[in-house]
Amino acid sequence: MSPRELAVRYGFLVLFAALVIYFALAAPGFVSPQSAVFVFQSVAITGVLALGVTATLVVGGFDLSIGSVATSSMMAAAYAMVVLDQGVFVAVAACLAIGIIVGLINGFLIVYMRVPDLLATLGMMFLLVGLQRIPTEGRSIAAGMTMPDGSVAPGKFSEAFLTLGRHRFDFFTPNLVPVSVVVLIVLAVLIWFFLEYTRFGRMMYAVGSNERAAELAGAPVKAYKIWAYVISGIFASIGGILLAARLGRGDIASGNNLLLDAVAAALIGFAVLGASKPNAFGTAIGALFVGVLLQGLTMMNAPYYTQDFVKGAVLVVALVFTFALSAKAKR
Amino acid sequence: MAADAVFRIAGLKKSFGPNQVLSGVGLELRSGEVAVLMGANGAGKSTLVKVMSGVHAPDGGAMMLGGRVFSPKSPAEAIRAGVVTVHQNINDGVVAALDVATNLTLDRLSGKGAAALFNPRRVQREARAVAERMGLDVDLKASIADLSLADRQMVAIARAMAHEPKVLILDEPTSSLSSAEANRLFSLIERLKEHGVAILYISHRMSDIRRLADRIVSLRDGAIAGTFEARPLDYEGAVNAMLGRTVQHGTVEARAAGETVFTADRLAIAEGVLPISLTLGAGELVAVTGLVGVGKTALAETLFGLRAPRAGTMTLDGKAYAPQSPRDAIEAGVFLVAKDRAENGIVGDFNVYENMSLPFLRRISAFGVSRRGAERALARGQIKDLGIVCRSEKDELATLSGGNQQKVMVARWLAQPARLMMLDEPFQGVDIAARRDIAAKLRAEAAGRATLIFVTELDEALETADRILVMSEHTIVGEHRNGAIDMDRLLAEVAGQKRRAA
Repeated sequence: MSPRELAVRYGFLVLFAALVIYFALAAPGFVSPQSAVFVFQSVAITGVLALGVTATLVVGGFDLSIGSVATSSMMAAAYAMVVLDQGVFVAVAACLAIGIIVGLINGFLIVYMRVPDLLATLGMMFLLVGLQRIPTEGRSIAAGMTMPDGSVAPGKFSEAFLTLGRHRFDFFTPNLVPVSVVVLIVLAVLIWFFLEYTRFGRMMYAVGSNERAAELAGAPVKAYKIWAYVISGIFASIGGILLAARLGRGDIASGNNLLLDAVAAALIGFAVLGASKPNAFGTAIGALFVGVLLQGLTMMNAPYYTQDFVKGAVLVVALVFTFALSAKAKR
Repeated sequence: MAADAVFRIAGLKKSFGPNQVLSGVGLELRSGEVAVLMGANGAGKSTLVKVMSGVHAPDGGAMMLGGRVFSPKSPAEAIRAGVVTVHQNINDGVVAALDVATNLTLDRLSGKGAAALFNPRRVQREARAVAERMGLDVDLKASIADLSLADRQMVAIARAMAHEPKVLILDEPTSSLSSAEANRLFSLIERLKEHGVAILYISHRMSDIRRLADRIVSLRDGAIAGTFEARPLDYEGAVNAMLGRTVQHGTVEARAAGETVFTADRLAIAEGVLPISLTLGAGELVAVTGLVGVGKTALAETLFGLRAPRAGTMTLDGKAYAPQSPRDAIEAGVFLVAKDRAENGIVGDFNVYENMSLPFLRRISAFGVSRRGAERALARGQIKDLGIVCRSEKDELATLSGGNQQKVMVARWLAQPARLMMLDEPFQGVDIAARRDIAAKLRAEAAGRATLIFVTELDEALETADRILVMSEHTIVGEHRNGAIDMDRLLAEVAGQKRRAA
């Protein structure tokens, strides 16, 4: 392997390791279970979204609606519990239903209506951003809120639901690992196995790489594409559930950065191990990379408003790795 | 008035890397004359056109235009000098978003010395002048996007004529036109001839060629293989020169077919064409040959479930066979190695074994999980079998030569037993050794299935097939048993003389 290939293949992981070592030396307290958990927790929701959007990237598409699917799910969960006085089961089911339905609509628009993926999901994004405000006439949802007709909302967030956001599993030290981190890890392993080792995943890569060849090999290309958007929708709605459980209210203003952070993580993932293509492992590393960087900088007292700049810079560097340096890019 | 050559090429050479595409081409174009250039895929037609139109610089040889050296550095320079090309892709010749008038005068709008401000009235005036001169009957205010392909083609040619060229190159101008539309194009070409333009007309369609040609030039392997201008024009000779015939008859021992595997009954593969009936037996290798665009790929796609026949029925092993999709076809045991592997075959992100297992992943998976060990073992077997040159089954496809890539594509479909195995242009962009390997493999494994290959080059059919079917105008016009072929009749059929074999 030439030095160039080595650099492309392991460059990003080396950079990641160097970053961790640097923060370990420079920021006291960076190497601790609590700090590690904090990193994971900070990227849990964007990580879940990023894993979902990876599925659409694999089939050669893109899903811009994930952020708004997540916030719509959050509002739906809050609405179900606070306004309709339902339990945890209905709230979670409503969220997942939103993810599936939006995924199906996205897939339908792209596959059958031939709307380009970026535009179709952009449209859905706007639609959902607006839709989630309609039931409450633009208000956030919290227990005891006043309804538009003057009455007081009857329900509240169920304890079981809040547990999703507040419970911590014991791991070495008591009450360490939050549910959201466990969900992230489980979903990451699931989608990684699915994409790398199942027939379904392999065919999705084939569709993304050469749609015509996949079709001529007998693959139901349309179905694979629609499934990818459904997966993306489901993951985004799970992200929304975690967000609602963490906040304990349906906050109209939250989740602004979800889309960009998730997409950034998935695109950074292209550079991991020189894959030059969307992959679940890379996406997870990409999300963690951003999390570690922000956590380290915060512990070194970098101001919060530098965060987006740092994320953007990482993304640009990762894209250069992917498109300019890798051997595949030259073909 | 065909007298002096307006345009003369001598010893023109062009290579791309180690590939010599043009190896000394000589050509003359005369004022008021249509010279038809014929050549199979890869013969070097497009490269010749690109050199003439200033897209590529030649490596050697000279071009003369009206007695002066012509060596354009860019397409714009070639156009200014009077050599104008209308490319095959009609939409390269027009801007769809603009109206006809603007398209007709586009080059004046962007050329040197053009006014910075756009004057719609002047554009209309100039466009009308161009249209009148060309006898163009199209609404000047219409948007190109609303026009038929034929009208767009007319506009593209009229626009080219606005430069008042001495030489006009038309690259397969009728390939997407209906015959009525083509007739309008032909009258336009007649008119251009009267204006004294020298025309180089590139086409595969024999009907066009019969109608227009004053002279036929056959190009083969980057050199002129024959020029035909004695009346009456020798069309068969031209086809023969273009397709060449280097193999001896009888190199293949024709085998008899076993039990019937596939039949087609009065199958019409396009609107308004004569139907096709054919029977394929087990163990035989049948080649369908014919010029480019006569419907070979359409026939393959119909049998593979990619397009529905307009009429007629098919049977496979005695049962009705009407695939709705490639998936249906594959499940019934009908496989197709599609032509143009880069476009239709290779999955660029996949390595050799992943490419090979693509259609049959289901059969080598357990509970939806692909078994990589089995996949790789299968691929190793195929690599050895077909003599694929690669380091291992984990190589990226792009590191393989064209011939080896094609072997991977063939291996993909040989992995499972087929009832009907089809290969569309399997020898395209394949070196001679790989071509022999693939043909030998196809013949060796032909037992128990019907094999159908679609090839333009006659040599390829003669080298591999037991039986040869000839296609012309979307139907089968002739049938020959290899080893006892009446070559004159076969060439006449390829050249479009309808004489249906009994």
